[in-house]
Amino acid sequence: MIEGIFVEGLIYGLMVLGVFITFRILDFPDLTVDGSFPLGAAITAIMLTSGYSIWITLLVAFLGGWLAGMCTAFIHNKLKVPNLLAGILTMTMLWSVNIRVLGNRANLPLMRRQTLITDVLELTQGVLPRAWALLIFFFVVAMVVKFVLDVFFRTDLGMTLGAMGDNQQMVVNQGVNPETLKIIGVGLSNALVALSGAFVAQYQGFADVNLGQGIIIAGLASVMIGEFILRSNRIMVLTLRVLIGSICYRGLMYLGRYYGYYVNLTPSDLQLITGVLIIGLLAVTHLRGKGRWKGVQQETAEDEAAAVAGRPSAGSAPAGGGVTGGSAPPADGEAPG
Amino acid sequence: MIRVENLTKVFHLGTVNENLAIHNVDLTVREGDFITIVGSNGAGKTTLFNLISGNQMPTDGKIYLNDTDVTREPEYRRAKRIGRIFQDPLLGTASNMALEDNMMICYRKGFKGLKISLNGKMRRFFREQLVQLDMGLEGRMKDNVGLLSGGQRQALTLLMMVLSEPDLILLDEHTAALDPKNAALVLQLTEEFITRYGLTAMMITHNMKNAIEYGNRLLMMDQGEIILDVEGEQKRELTVEKLVEKFHQIRRRTLESDEVMLSE
Repeated sequence: MIEGIFVEGLIYGLMVLGVFITFRILDFPDLTVDGSFPLGAAITAIMLTSGYSIWITLLVAFLGGWLAGMCTAFIHNKLKVPNLLAGILTMTMLWSVNIRVLGNRANLPLMRRQTLITDVLELTQGVLPRAWALLIFFFVVAMVVKFVLDVFFRTDLGMTLGAMGDNQQMVVNQGVNPETLKIIGVGLSNALVALSGAFVAQYQGFADVNLGQGIIIAGLASVMIGEFILRSNRIMVLTLRVLIGSICYRGLMYLGRYYGYYVNLTPSDLQLITGVLIIGLLAVTHLRGKGRWKGVQQETAEDEAAAVAGRPSAGSAPAGGGVTGGSAPPADGEAPG
Repeated sequence: MIRVENLTKVFHLGTVNENLAIHNVDLTVREGDFITIVGSNGAGKTTLFNLISGNQMPTDGKIYLNDTDVTREPEYRRAKRIGRIFQDPLLGTASNMALEDNMMICYRKGFKGLKISLNGKMRRFFREQLVQLDMGLEGRMKDNVGLLSGGQRQALTLLMMVLSEPDLILLDEHTAALDPKNAALVLQLTEEFITRYGLTAMMITHNMKNAIEYGNRLLMMDQGEIILDVEGEQKRELTVEKLVEKFHQIRRRTLESDEVMLSE
């Protein structure tokens, strides 16, 4: 059971990393996720049932997600549509696309198909218990992705992406086209989300067109839980806490699913719980900012406003700072207004 | 260097709010010029900068940078050759990133690849450069820029811009938001850098005294036109009183703006 929570947390953690990139680093609240997540799952299901190798499948799912993100960025760039609306547009269109990808079906089972999961289980049979084998495998996958991202955000391109989320005019002043950066950044984010969807399809043994419903909120809740637990502005810690947040979120959902019926909760109430959870986290951040929350460091008014608006701020969610990877001291309460 | 021909900018063209911000401006900036620009609010100084930098597109006219027509070139492309500093110190740097990261981004102007450029050698170079500012920033390279004061941020922005070796720098009242001490400091640094690196610069200021004291050429703008363009000997002989007098002669009205008078 506990291993299951960790495995789910790590698989969905890839999606949360994507959400973290758009919401916290790029300052581009992107809702494409609700569509690109099932897209990854759908591509995986159809390609595996058609007999493609698992690695090509994962690659195509990754690129498919990237394309979806590029589409959102493109709509936003060229038609000057607000980023939220651009994301909703792509997400809505993707619902139809996903049904097409699945071969005009709403879902597709992967029963008795060879997947990465079955491969791992076969390989470790007799050596490790099933749950532990999966846990170790997905731990390695998540860590590799995390490490690659950590390095990426130290490169010139990665740093420029972080700077854009912080101050777009500065990036323009440096002779870089912010539109290109958005296409790269939002694309990368959705590629991770689709990859996560691809793993989920294999883990659950099916792909469903409604798999993505509310996934963005789940991702956001995970990001916020992580921020609640660990405070830092180093990219290594930021990505780590995203994964930790994701695992905690899955743990909470598990409790909701298995013990919720004592208080008359059903699985369909989970979305409501997630929403209330986010509101609760926002409220706590808000109160903290006002200094009413005893025993917690006070933050500046700017921090508070930024946190409520879901944007990075110096104290509570120093996203851009994370990109620095530097070891600047926490700015809580001392950042000049 | 930069040549502006017949430049015109009309806002809200064809509506009741139609506003002629820049009217048939011709200007040639030579290499090595340090031009100061004065004029009351709404004279079109910032709009002129916006047009030159590409932040806004002109309604009519041409802009040439080193004899190439850049009139329709997007802002980010021109930015590789034109550096700009705004009045707001927050606009020049990314607050949530470390000082060294900010410097790295500016130093790598242009294509941003998957290379990790920030290494020990770069850090040493940046440290040496920061010493020039004499603000103790060389010891705070891993601090987030958001922790610096406005004056420090503006000085840093200036240094970062100079390091990226632009052909032309546009300073849009870059000391106006600072306290007098820091403003003087940043202005002094500006002049130092311009002289040392032989930069071509245009500087908007509300402070007539500064406009006269600094630079080799002075422009006065009013209602979207350049009404006065003096340099050399003529400029050296200028005083605030003479400047106000000149305005009166040219425009046949008194310089009514209080801001222009704030020359102390």
